[in-house]
Amino acid sequence: MFVLIVGCGRVGSSVARGMLRDGHEVSCLDEDPESHARLEVGLEKSWEDLGGHFTVGAGLETEALVAAGIERADAFIASTDGDNTNIIIAQIAQKRYRVATVIARVLDPLRAEWYQRQGLHTVCPTSVAIDMLEGAVRKAAEGGGADPDDSAAAA
Amino acid sequence: MYIIVVGAGKVGWNLARELLEKGHEVTLIESNRRRYLTVEQELEHNVSYGDASELWVLERAGIQRADMVIAVTGDDEDNMLICQVAREKYLVERIIARVNNPRNRPHFDLLGIKPSVSATDLILRLLEHEVPEYGLVHLLDLQEEQLEIIEMLLGKDSGVTGRRVGDLHMPEGSLLISVLRSGKGFVPTADTVLEEGDEVLAVLDPGKEDDLKALFGPEGNGDGG
Repeated sequence: MFVLIVGCGRVGSSVARGMLRDGHEVSCLDEDPESHARLEVGLEKSWEDLGGHFTVGAGLETEALVAAGIERADAFIASTDGDNTNIIIAQIAQKRYRVATVIARVLDPLRAEWYQRQGLHTVCPTSVAIDMLEGAVRKAAEGGGADPDDSAAAA
Repeated sequence: MYIIVVGAGKVGWNLARELLEKGHEVTLIESNRRRYLTVEQELEHNVSYGDASELWVLERAGIQRADMVIAVTGDDEDNMLICQVAREKYLVERIIARVNNPRNRPHFDLLGIKPSVSATDLILRLLEHEVPEYGLVHLLDLQEEQLEIIEMLLGKDSGVTGRRVGDLHMPEGSLLISVLRSGKGFVPTADTVLEEGDEVLAVLDPGKEDDLKALFGPEGNGDGG
C-alpha cells in the first residue's frame, strides 16, 4: 500500500515509521524541512535508504500534494497541528483525488464528531485521553485508589 | 438580517462597521485577545472573543438564527471550515468566504463554498482607498476570463509622466483603459500626456504586474518591461 502522511510531527512521524516497518511505501509531506530529522529517530539508516519519501510543502498546495504522490495514494493521513487544515486537506484527498482510505487527526472532539458523521474518518486523541483519564479515576475510586503499576512499584 | 462576521482584521472590522451602519445586527468573532480588545472599544457588544472554528463559539454567537456567515480570517482553511459548518451543520442560508491565497480557490469550489471572494475584489471596495505610491492595486480579477484590472498612482519620479500614451511600450497582454485625474476619469487616447498624480487603470493578463510596475514606477522609462 502507498501511504501519504501530511504533517510529520510526533504523531505523523511515528505512524510513518510504523507503516514503513510493516512493509508499506510511505511518503511524508511537511512544511518544515527539519521535520525530516524526526522521521529518523531510532532508525539505523536514513529514511530514504529505508525506502521512505519526504517532500517539503504545505498540505493545501496542489503541487506539493502531487509531488508527494497523492495521485497514487491508497491511504492518506492528515496529521498536521491544525484541526481545520487536517479536515480540509482530508476532504481534498477524498473528493478530488478519490483516495480510498482517508483519516484526519482532529483534536477538537466536537469537530471530530460532526465530521465523522459527515463521512470523514476522524481520529480524536483528545477524546481518547478524556476516556482514559476518566477510566483511570473511576477505577481508582472503585478499587480504593490503587493502580496496577503503582502497586507493582510499591511491592 | 443577523450576520456573523468571523475575523476582526482590517477587512472584518470595516465590514462589521459598514453592516452595522446599514442597520443589520452583527456579531464579529475574533480569536486574538489583543485584537479583540482593540476592536471592542469601538464595536462593544457586537464583538465576541473566541475561535469561530469551535462549534460552541459559533453557537454562543447564535449561529442557529444567523441569516448569513461571512468568514474573512487570514487563514483559508479556517474560512473554508467555518463556512462549511455554517451551511451544512447550522443550515445558514448565505455564506461568503474570503480567499487569501488565490491558488486555494479550487479548494473552495471543491467543497462547494460559494461565493468565495478573493481579497482582491469585493473586500477592497470596503477598505479605505489607500493607494501607496507606485503601488499596484488589484481592482478586479476576472477569473474565468483570465484578466485582471489594476490601478497605479503615478508619482513625481515616475518614468512615464510627461509622456504621450501612444509612445509608451505597454507590455504585451496589457492595455491602459482609463486615467483618473483631478477626480475625473477619461479614456486616454494616443495623444493623452500622463501627469504626476494620475491614477491609471489597466487591464492585463495575470502575471504582467511586474512588467507594468517597472514601466510606471520610478525606474521606468516608458519602454516596457
